[in-house]
Amino acid sequence: MDFQAWPDAQGRFGAYGGSYVAETLMAPLAELREAYERLSADPGFLAELDRDLQHYVGRPSPIYHAEQLSRHVGGARILLKREDLNHTGAHKINNTIGQALVARHMGKQRVIAETGAGQHGVATATVAARFGMRCVVYMGAVDIERQKINVYRMKLLGAEVVPVTSGSKTLKDALNEAMRDWVTNVADTFYIIGTVAGPHPYPKMVRDFNAIVGREARAQMLEQYGRLPDVLTACVGGGSNAIGLFHAFLNDAEVRMVGAEAAGLGLATGHHAASLAAGRPGVLHGNRTYVLCDDNGQITETHSVSAGLDYPGVGPEHAFLKDAGRAEYVGITDDEALEAFHLLARTEGILAALESSHAVAQAMKLARELPKDGIVLCNLSGRGDKDVHTIAAREGVEV
Amino acid sequence: MTRIDTRFAQLKAAGRTGLIPFVAAGDPSPQHMVALMHTLVAAGADLIELGVPFSDPMADGPVIQHASERAIAKGVGLNEVLGWVGEFRRRDADTPIVLMGYLNPVEIHGYARFAQEAVAAGVDGVLLVDCPLEESAVLQPLRDAGLQQILLAAPTTAPVRMAQLCGSAEGFLYYVSFAGITGAAQLSTSDIAARVADIRARASAPVAVGFGIRDAASAVAIGKFADAVVIGSALVESLSGAMDAADIEGRARDFLQPIRAALDAS
Ligand SMILES: Cc1ncc(COP(=O)(O)O)c(C=O)c1O
Repeated sequence: MDFQAWPDAQGRFGAYGGSYVAETLMAPLAELREAYERLSADPGFLAELDRDLQHYVGRPSPIYHAEQLSRHVGGARILLKREDLNHTGAHKINNTIGQALVARHMGKQRVIAETGAGQHGVATATVAARFGMRCVVYMGAVDIERQKINVYRMKLLGAEVVPVTSGSKTLKDALNEAMRDWVTNVADTFYIIGTVAGPHPYPKMVRDFNAIVGREARAQMLEQYGRLPDVLTACVGGGSNAIGLFHAFLNDAEVRMVGAEAAGLGLATGHHAASLAAGRPGVLHGNRTYVLCDDNGQITETHSVSAGLDYPGVGPEHAFLKDAGRAEYVGITDDEALEAFHLLARTEGILAALESSHAVAQAMKLARELPKDGIVLCNLSGRGDKDVHTIAAREGVEV
Repeated sequence: MTRIDTRFAQLKAAGRTGLIPFVAAGDPSPQHMVALMHTLVAAGADLIELGVPFSDPMADGPVIQHASERAIAKGVGLNEVLGWVGEFRRRDADTPIVLMGYLNPVEIHGYARFAQEAVAAGVDGVLLVDCPLEESAVLQPLRDAGLQQILLAAPTTAPVRMAQLCGSAEGFLYYVSFAGITGAAQLSTSDIAARVADIRARASAPVAVGFGIRDAASAVAIGKFADAVVIGSALVESLSGAMDAADIEGRARDFLQPIRAALDAS
C-alpha cells in the first residue's frame, strides 16, 4: 500500500477523517480546500513558504546525537530532531506560517486559533503579528492557569486571549469555541487549527506543513549516517509533530514508528489522554477518529501533566495508521515523562517541553530494546521553558 | 405518509404556520420531561425537537451548551431520551418527534441499534448537526428503519449544494437563519425571506426556519414566509432553573401560548 497517498478527495484516511461539520461551515471549508489545492501546487507559494521557513523559523533544524543520554540508557543511539530550536520554540510554527500564508492569499484579515499548551497560540500570534492580521486565541481556563507564560507571550504579540469556561475548560473546549467563532465570522476569518485534527482539509494541510520535519530528517539521516533510523518516535496529542516526522518515512517499510500518547496517571486509572491506545472510533471536531468517550458518546475528560497532549481525540491519519498496523501507539505516564525531562536536562543540557518529554521517555524504552548500533530518531517537538513553573509546582519548589 | 409529512400537510390545509419548540432533553428536570413534552403540545407545538445532550456542542451557544451540561451531569443519554419518547407516545400518537444533536452519541450507540430503538420508541426524524449530506451514508440504517433525516441549509450554502439539499430533503428542510450559533440574535428578515423563497421554489419538502427566533414578534415575522418556525434557546432559557412540575408547566405554557396565538392571528 502507498501510505503517502492518503487522504482521498473527501478527506478520508480509510474509515477515518471526513467533514463532520455544521452546514454553515461546508462552504468555507470548500473555499479553503480549493485555495489550498491551488496554492500547494503553486511554485511561487512554495518558494515563499520555503523562504520563511529558512529565514524566519530557522530551518532546517539539526538532528543531534544525544550521546550522553544514549550512554546513560545503554542501548541504541538516540537522535533528536531539534524542533525545539525553531523560532517560538516548537514545531507548531511550521504549520502556522503555512496557514497564515494561505490566509493572506485568501484575503483574510483576522485569524483565530485554539491552544492547549499555548505553543500553537504563540505560534499563531507570532505569524499574525508579522502579517499584520488581527488574532484571537481561544484557550481553556484550566490551561490559562497552567501556561501563564505563554498567555503573556501571546498578549505581548498583540493577540487577544479568550478564556473558555465551558466543558472541561481545556483544549477540546477551546477548539469548540474557535469553531463557534468561525461559524459566526466566516466571511473575514481564517481558522488556523493547531494540529492534524478538524474537518477536511485540515488534517492533510497541517500534516503537509509539518511534513518538512520528516523530509529534512530523512535526508539528514542518509547524508550523516548513510542509512535510515530503525525506529521513529514522537509524542501524540492531536498528532501534528508525530505525523510531521512519520510522513516522509511511511513507505520505508523497514522503519518502525511509535507514537507516545499521554498515559497520565496510568492507562488503567482512566486519568489519561491516550485516545489511540485506550479509545474507540467515534466522531469529534469534524472528523471520524479514535476518541475517549463513555457509552453515551460523551467525550470524557482527559488528564496529562502536559497541556498540549490533553486532548480526547487524535488526528484521523493516526487512527488509520494504527488500524493498518503501520504505526504503533503506546502510553507514557506523567512520571515517566518527568523522569525523561530531568534526565535529558542533566545529560544533554536540553530542557524539553513536557509534551516532547513523553517522546524522549519512549525513545529511551526503544533504545533499550535495540542493539548499540541501532538508531532511534525522536522528535523533540518543543523546548521546556513554558513548563518550568508546572514542574516547579509539581516538585514543591517556589520560583 | 410519515408523521412529519402528515403534520405538515395538515398545517398547509389549515393555512397555519407550524410551531416547533426545541427543548434540551433532561433539562430542566429529567423526571418531568414527558410532562413537559405534553405541555408543549397543549400550548401549541406542532412538532417537538428534542435535543440529545452532547459534551461538545460545537454549533450551540451558551444557553444550549449549559442545558446540555446540566443534563449530562444528571446522567441523561440516548437511552433516557428514547425512553421518554416511548412514554410520550403512549398518550400522543400524532405529534412528530425529531431528535436533534450530534453524531457521536448515535455512532457510539450503534447506527442499527439506534434506528431500531428509535423507531420502536416513536421517533420520527433525526437532525444531526455535524452530519452533512456528504457524510450521511452512515445513516442508511436509520433511513432503512423509516427515520427521516432532517437536513440543514444555511446562508453560506452555495447554489449547487442548495439544489442537492432541496433534492434530498425529507420531512422538512431546516433553514438556519444566520451564520452563527444557536441563541445569537441577528435576524435579517428580508435576507431570510429571499433565501426561503428560493428554497421553496426548488424543494418539495416544507421549510422550517430556526436560529434567532425568540418571541411572538420574531416568530410572526418569519412565519410570513416559512412553513414553520423553530424556537430553541429562548425557550430553554425560560425553563432553566424551574424545579417542580407546576413551575415547568407554567413556564412552558406562558412562553409558547402567546407565540401560538400571535402566529394564528397573523
Ligand atoms: C511542544 C509540543 N509538542 C507536542 C504538542 C502536541 O501536539 P501534536 O500532537 O499536534 O504535535 C504540543 C501542543 O501544544 C506542543 O506544544
